[in-house]
Amino acid sequence: VIFRAVIRPKDDILDPQGEATQVSLRKLGFDVREARVGRVVHVDVAVDDAEEGRRQVERMCAQLLANPLIEVYEVEAAGR
Amino acid sequence: MRPGVAVVTFPGSNDDGDAALALESLGAEAVAVWHAEPDLPDVEAVVLPGGFSYGDYLRCGAIARCAPAMEAVRRFADEGGLVLGICNGFQILCEAGLLPGVLRPNRQLEFVCRDVRLRVEGTASPFAARCEPGQELVIPVKHGEGSWYAPPELLADLEARGRVLLRYAEDCNGSVGDVAGVTSEAGNVLGLMPHPEHAVDPLLGSTDGALILGALVDAARDRTPVAA
Repeated sequence: VIFRAVIRPKDDILDPQGEATQVSLRKLGFDVREARVGRVVHVDVAVDDAEEGRRQVERMCAQLLANPLIEVYEVEAAGR
Repeated sequence: MRPGVAVVTFPGSNDDGDAALALESLGAEAVAVWHAEPDLPDVEAVVLPGGFSYGDYLRCGAIARCAPAMEAVRRFADEGGLVLGICNGFQILCEAGLLPGVLRPNRQLEFVCRDVRLRVEGTASPFAARCEPGQELVIPVKHGEGSWYAPPELLADLEARGRVLLRYAEDCNGSVGDVAGVTSEAGNVLGLMPHPEHAVDPLLGSTDGALILGALVDAARDRTPVAA
């Protein structure tokens, strides 16, 4: 089963990449209030049970894919 | 007797050679350790050098901390062994949970590569034994992701326990509390973003790095019980 882990900086954490992105978007004429830059990791877990797969991806996020000091994550189903 | 200091090389480390040269010049025997090795040789201290391990994929240090050698470093640190992480080595130690906080992209979003002034906040640490309290050091930095972060309550706790060993004496990268180097709770692990191994010869503009690396070699030679 495939999951999408969406990782982004916590709301109260400075995100210089997001600020630079916002500035560039404004230069292109987009009226952007804020941009936050995170990352997306697609994971195909070698299990059949979707709930077990989701639990494993949650653990992956907690242990490696995200740093809980500065990032939050969401796990979404992304197909089989 | 030259104390043995392991220098761990990860794929993408690039200051391992300079670290070994600096340690040798200060009287240690540098022992090269490849990241895939599950055990450390018989050494008195470990240095994790600077560089861009695993291309800084995911987050700086996040992949490296999963290397077999890091399990050995963790056991070594748990037993009170002296561990020094420089730049990428600091990032790896934070990701491994051996040091508090995390290193984030510099506030100014620019790679910073220059000499910086640092302040030694205390001398109780074995790593600061050759320094005076409040002494100012000039040591170069070269990093894109050196902005140390910890939540306010964690930073306050670290400061109260004297674990903030080095602070930038000038604006460098947006680190909270201007933190440039922190120690573990037991004091036997230090991570810092500046590169002491690049400041051990007058030809390089400063020899202040030798104060920190020399203290590490002293402590390794004495196998000093770790200061609490």
